[in-house]
Amino acid sequence: MNLVIALIIGLLFSASLFLMFQKSFFKLIIGVILFGYATIFFLFTVGGTTKNAPPLIAKDATSIEGLADPLPQALTLTAIVISIGVQLFVIVLLKKVYEEVGTEDLDDLNTTDRI
Amino acid sequence: MTSYLISPLWILLIAFIFCIFFWQYIKVQAAIAVSGITLYLLSSIRLFWAVYQDGIQVVQIGNWPAPFGITLVADLLASGMVLVSAIIALAIILYSLQDISAQRKKNGFFPVLLVMLFGVCGSFLTGDIFNLYVWFEVMLVASFVLIVLGNRKGQLEGAVKYVTLSFISSGFLLTGAAILYKLTGTLNMADLSVAIAEHPNQKLITLSAVFFLVGFGIKAAIFPFFSWLPASYPTPPIAIVGLIAGLLTKVGVYALIRFFTLLFTYDVSVTHSLLLILAGLTMFFGVLGAIAQHNFKKILSFHIVSQIGYMIMGLALFTPLAIAGSIFYIVHHILVKTNLFLISGIVKVTHGHYLLKKLGGVYNRFPYVTILFAISAFSLAGIPPLSGFWGKFTLAKAGLAAESYTIVVVSLVVGLLTLFSMSKIWVSVFWSAEPEETKSRVTYNSRTLFRTHYMLIISSVFLTMCTLFLTFYPDALIAVSQRAAEQLLDSQIYIQAVMGENN
Repeated sequence: MNLVIALIIGLLFSASLFLMFQKSFFKLIIGVILFGYATIFFLFTVGGTTKNAPPLIAKDATSIEGLADPLPQALTLTAIVISIGVQLFVIVLLKKVYEEVGTEDLDDLNTTDRI
Repeated sequence: MTSYLISPLWILLIAFIFCIFFWQYIKVQAAIAVSGITLYLLSSIRLFWAVYQDGIQVVQIGNWPAPFGITLVADLLASGMVLVSAIIALAIILYSLQDISAQRKKNGFFPVLLVMLFGVCGSFLTGDIFNLYVWFEVMLVASFVLIVLGNRKGQLEGAVKYVTLSFISSGFLLTGAAILYKLTGTLNMADLSVAIAEHPNQKLITLSAVFFLVGFGIKAAIFPFFSWLPASYPTPPIAIVGLIAGLLTKVGVYALIRFFTLLFTYDVSVTHSLLLILAGLTMFFGVLGAIAQHNFKKILSFHIVSQIGYMIMGLALFTPLAIAGSIFYIVHHILVKTNLFLISGIVKVTHGHYLLKKLGGVYNRFPYVTILFAISAFSLAGIPPLSGFWGKFTLAKAGLAAESYTIVVVSLVVGLLTLFSMSKIWVSVFWSAEPEETKSRVTYNSRTLFRTHYMLIISSVFLTMCTLFLTFYPDALIAVSQRAAEQLLDSQIYIQAVMGENN
């Protein structure tokens, strides 16, 4: 199971980087979204994919054995919110660039790099 | 006691909320922003004084004990950076009153500026790596908005590169934090410092160190990752450029210093020699880029890259003197670089251009602008006795003491090349005769420029005064930097302050 998840994360990372290296705006957007998913999935998996009990501790409990670690899930939620915000910004930004520059090729965005 | 630490943060947050209430009234927003940032400056002075007097200040939010709750920590470096950011913010907000167009102000310039400062201040004060990531995101999203505010073609094009690379670097930070959490089970920096030192498998820790190096490296624009900076920084209006160029990359440098003095110090010979190589390459390629340019703003942007190299060099040498030099250099650089951008904005007002070949004769028409530029430019190049000289001198001395002769030679050669490209601006903008085609377009003289754009001059003079203070009293800052460096290198002080006495 862990091997499958590791392979999926690797696939997501490589696919997103491959897409971001392409010229098209649309592929860049998909690449950014996949990259966000890959990091979040990695963060989530780090907490352990075991079948543990929910982290609710009884008043008289003395040990926390067998309980899931809630922290990675809290971190994942935060990271999801942040990455969705940034992804929306990227989508709107690229739409605006398309309207303004009239191209869909990242290689044409070079006016700021000219000497 | 604890309120000193939180007050800079909540002042900015409250000012932001009030700006949102008065969305339609830009004059009210301006008043709120100016008074909010003045209060921010006062509270950061108070915080700095408290840290200077009583040592590291710590707040556990919600009173949860250290490794479990959210911790805010202010040591000398962090509170000093907050103080410098407040000084810059004050100069920028005054400058922006006359520099930023009414349309941009209507689209929310003031609230976004306050949020960005909020993020910067939080990144300096946090004591938890996941919170650091969140603060970085607050700062970055606000800076995205500031860069595209106004929707000019160049701004949008630069923003595509900036946003994409920033998003990738945030992903790297998150991955690094996840690995560290998996290995040690904690996110609190002080707790991590203990856990990393005791961890049996240090090779895995190095893996996360690489992720953090790349993540912060993109944000600080060190050698292989700097290409986004000259492409995106020069595009927005000058008040925004000044703030972003002065502060944001330095937050990345601050985070690198924090991580590579507190956490990843178990194998200095590997990590810090890698940093040293990157520092040398950053300096060299940054200044080469600057020499090739013919645009006022772009030359200054490439100089940021090469100056980042000096700051990383101090960190990489990893002696108390070198880190003190690095801190001195960061403070000096923030003040001088922001001021240079502000002056380029004043020249743009009078001549309508940033291209060197279309500029000229500023010395004849506006002698006081020339003096402001000369002080900052030659300070950046490190001419004695200006403040940049003391920074470079400290770094070079530390490099010689650590017997890293190569980096010292590189840094001196880069200093020479910096002087060369600064004199290119000096000759073609200030000294040379005015080109015929622009002569008719310059309608200002010294007096009318001051009358219509007094805020621009005042804020630039304010920053020049700060530079001159560092020039004539470098001992004060050097002494503070040395104390800050001692605090950084003795991680026990930090750990005890955060975790309490029982550790």
